[in-house]
Amino acid sequence: MTSLFRYRRHRLALPALLLAGLIVAGTGYAAVLPSAGATDRGPNEFTAEQIEDGRELFLANCATCHGLDAEGGTTDGDGKVSGPSLIGVGAASVDFQVGTGRMPLQASGPQAPERAPQFSLEETRALAAYVASLAPGPGIPEDRWLDPEQGDVAEGGEIFRTNCAMCHNFFGNGGALTEGKYAPAIDSEPVHTYEAMVTGPQNMPVFSDDVLTPEQKRDVIAFLEYAQAEPAPGGLSLGAIGPVSEGLIAWIVGIGGLVALAVWLGARAS
Amino acid sequence: MSRIAPGGASQDEQSDASGRTVAVADAAGLPERFENPGLPEHRPRLADIDRKAARRAELSVAVMFLLSMVGTVVTIVGYFAFRLDEPTSGELAWSNRTIGLGLFLTIFFIGMGAVQWAKTLMPDHEQIEERHSVESTPETKSAAAGILREGVDDSGIRRRPLILGSLAGALALAPLPALVLLKDLGPNPGNKLRETLWGPGVRAIVDPTKTPLRPEEIQLGQIVHILPEQLGIEPDEGRTEGLEYLNEKAKAAAIVIRLEEGEVPAAARAGAYGGLVAYSKVCTHMGCSVALYEQVTHHLLCPCHQSTFDVLDNCRVIFGPAARALPQLPVGVDDEGYLVATEGFAEPVGPSFWERGDT
Repeated sequence: MTSLFRYRRHRLALPALLLAGLIVAGTGYAAVLPSAGATDRGPNEFTAEQIEDGRELFLANCATCHGLDAEGGTTDGDGKVSGPSLIGVGAASVDFQVGTGRMPLQASGPQAPERAPQFSLEETRALAAYVASLAPGPGIPEDRWLDPEQGDVAEGGEIFRTNCAMCHNFFGNGGALTEGKYAPAIDSEPVHTYEAMVTGPQNMPVFSDDVLTPEQKRDVIAFLEYAQAEPAPGGLSLGAIGPVSEGLIAWIVGIGGLVALAVWLGARAS
Repeated sequence: MSRIAPGGASQDEQSDASGRTVAVADAAGLPERFENPGLPEHRPRLADIDRKAARRAELSVAVMFLLSMVGTVVTIVGYFAFRLDEPTSGELAWSNRTIGLGLFLTIFFIGMGAVQWAKTLMPDHEQIEERHSVESTPETKSAAAGILREGVDDSGIRRRPLILGSLAGALALAPLPALVLLKDLGPNPGNKLRETLWGPGVRAIVDPTKTPLRPEEIQLGQIVHILPEQLGIEPDEGRTEGLEYLNEKAKAAAIVIRLEEGEVPAAARAGAYGGLVAYSKVCTHMGCSVALYEQVTHHLLCPCHQSTFDVLDNCRVIFGPAARALPQLPVGVDDEGYLVATEGFAEPVGPSFWERGDT
C-alpha cells in the first residue's frame, strides 16, 4: 500500500479514490452474485463466457474503428486506417491499452493519452479474452514476473539506461518525441509496464522475451520502483527531468533573485 | 549633435575621417556647452527626519540579524537531528535541506542586515573628493630615471657582457618546454577514427546483457542495441581494458531493427538480412546515441540536438543539424545461426573530423 500512499496528495487522488470505491463496491456486489467465476485460473486462461462477453463489449465499444471482426477499420481517402487490425496483438496489448485508459480512444491526436480506465478489470479481461481468442499473441504476464522485490535493481538500471532512458528519461519521467508524440512518464502498474515492453504500444518499439527475458523485464520494473520511491538526496528533485527544469529554476529564480538583490542594493533608502 | 571637444570648447564643425566637413551643431536648442550639473540636492531620508521611521529601520536591521541567529540554530539542529552514520536517502535529503537552508539564513541575513543598516541609518552626507592629475612632476620623473640609471651602473652589467649574453640566452630558451609539452596532444589517431571492431563474421551481442542474438528473436517493430562480440568481456579483463574498451564501445555501438521485408530501402537491401537492418548508433553530428526509435514512423531521433533519421530512407537526415546519414552495418548470420556483421562500416562512424575527406 505504501506505493499508492505516496500519491495521496496527487490532484487525481480523490477521483481515483472514488473510482476505486466504485469498483470495489461494484465488484463486491458482483462477487456475492452466484455467477461469479473461479479465480484460480492463470492470467491467460479465459472461459468461453468471458470471450463471449468480450465480443459483445468489443462490438459495442471498439468495432467502430477496429472493424466488426477486429480485422482493422476502414481506410479513408488519405490512406489512413481508422483503427489497426487486432488479430495477433494478444491479450497483453488489450490489457495495456484498455487498462491504462488509452483505449477506447477519446479523440484522434498525435497519440492516445493515458486516462482513467473506461472499463472495469473484469470487462478489460473479457475484451482481452476475445482478442486473444482471434489469434495467438503476447499474453498477460504472470504475477511472478511483476514482483519488484525479486528483481535486480542494478541490472534493471543498466538495461533501462541502454534501452529505455533515451525516450523515457533516466528516472522514467518521460520525454518529448516528434510532432506532438511523447514518451509518457512510467508511473503505471508493473503489469502495464511489462505489457508495454512486450507489445510496443503506439510508437514504442517491441522488446521481445527472447531478447529481453521476463527476468530482465522484472529487473527493469524493480529499477523503476526503486527510482520512483527514492527521494532526491540533494534536496529538491525539480521533477528529475534533467537540465530543463534545473535551468529554468537557475535562470528565473536564481538569477532573477540576484538581479532583485542588486536593485535593492543600489536603491536609495526612502 | 553637439559634442564637447577635448579642450572643453564645443565645435560647430568637425572633419570626419574622409575629410568632409560635417555640421555637428543642430538647431534643436541644445546648449553650446554642457555645464556640470553638480550634485543633486540633498534629500534627507525618512529615518533622518522621523524618529519613528528611524526606530522602525533599527528594528528591521535587528530582525535581520535575529534571522541570522535563527539560521545558526537551524543549521546546528539540522546537523544533529539527522544522523548520517547509516542514512536512508530520505534522511540525507532532509539533512541537506536543513543545513543548506540554515547556512543560507545565517550568512544572507548578516549581509542583508548590514546593508539595510548602512542604507537607512548610517550618516548620509555627501562628500566630495576632487580628482588630481595622475602625471608626476618633471622633477619626480627625472629623479626616478636617475635611480634606474644608477642601478644599471652599480650592477656593472655593461662591463660583464658574458653575464648579459648568457642571461639573454636563458630567457630566450625558457619558453621552449611549453612547446615540447604540446607534443602530448598527439600522436595523431591514425586509422582509429575509421575502424571499429566490426568486421566480417563478427557476432553481434546484446547491450548490456552481452548475449549473442539470433535474427528470429527480433520481432517486427523491435530495436536491439548491439555491440561486437569482442566487447563481451568485462572491461577490466584481457586486451581491451578500461579506456580502450570504452573507446571501442563508443565507436562500435549499433542498433538493429526489424522492418517488414518490403519496407527495407533499396539502398540498404544489400546489407540487410531479411527485414533486419543495422545502423551505427553514433550521431553524425556530435556523437550522441541515436536511439529514440519510433516504430510506427520509423524515425530515429538523437536526444541531444533532435537530429532525425528516416530508417525507411536508409537513415537519411530529415531534420536537425546532422549532416550525413547514419552508416549502415551489413548483417547476416553465421553457421550457428547467430547474427553477425558481414563487413565493417563502409565509412567512418560518428561526427566529422578534420582528415575525414568528404563533408
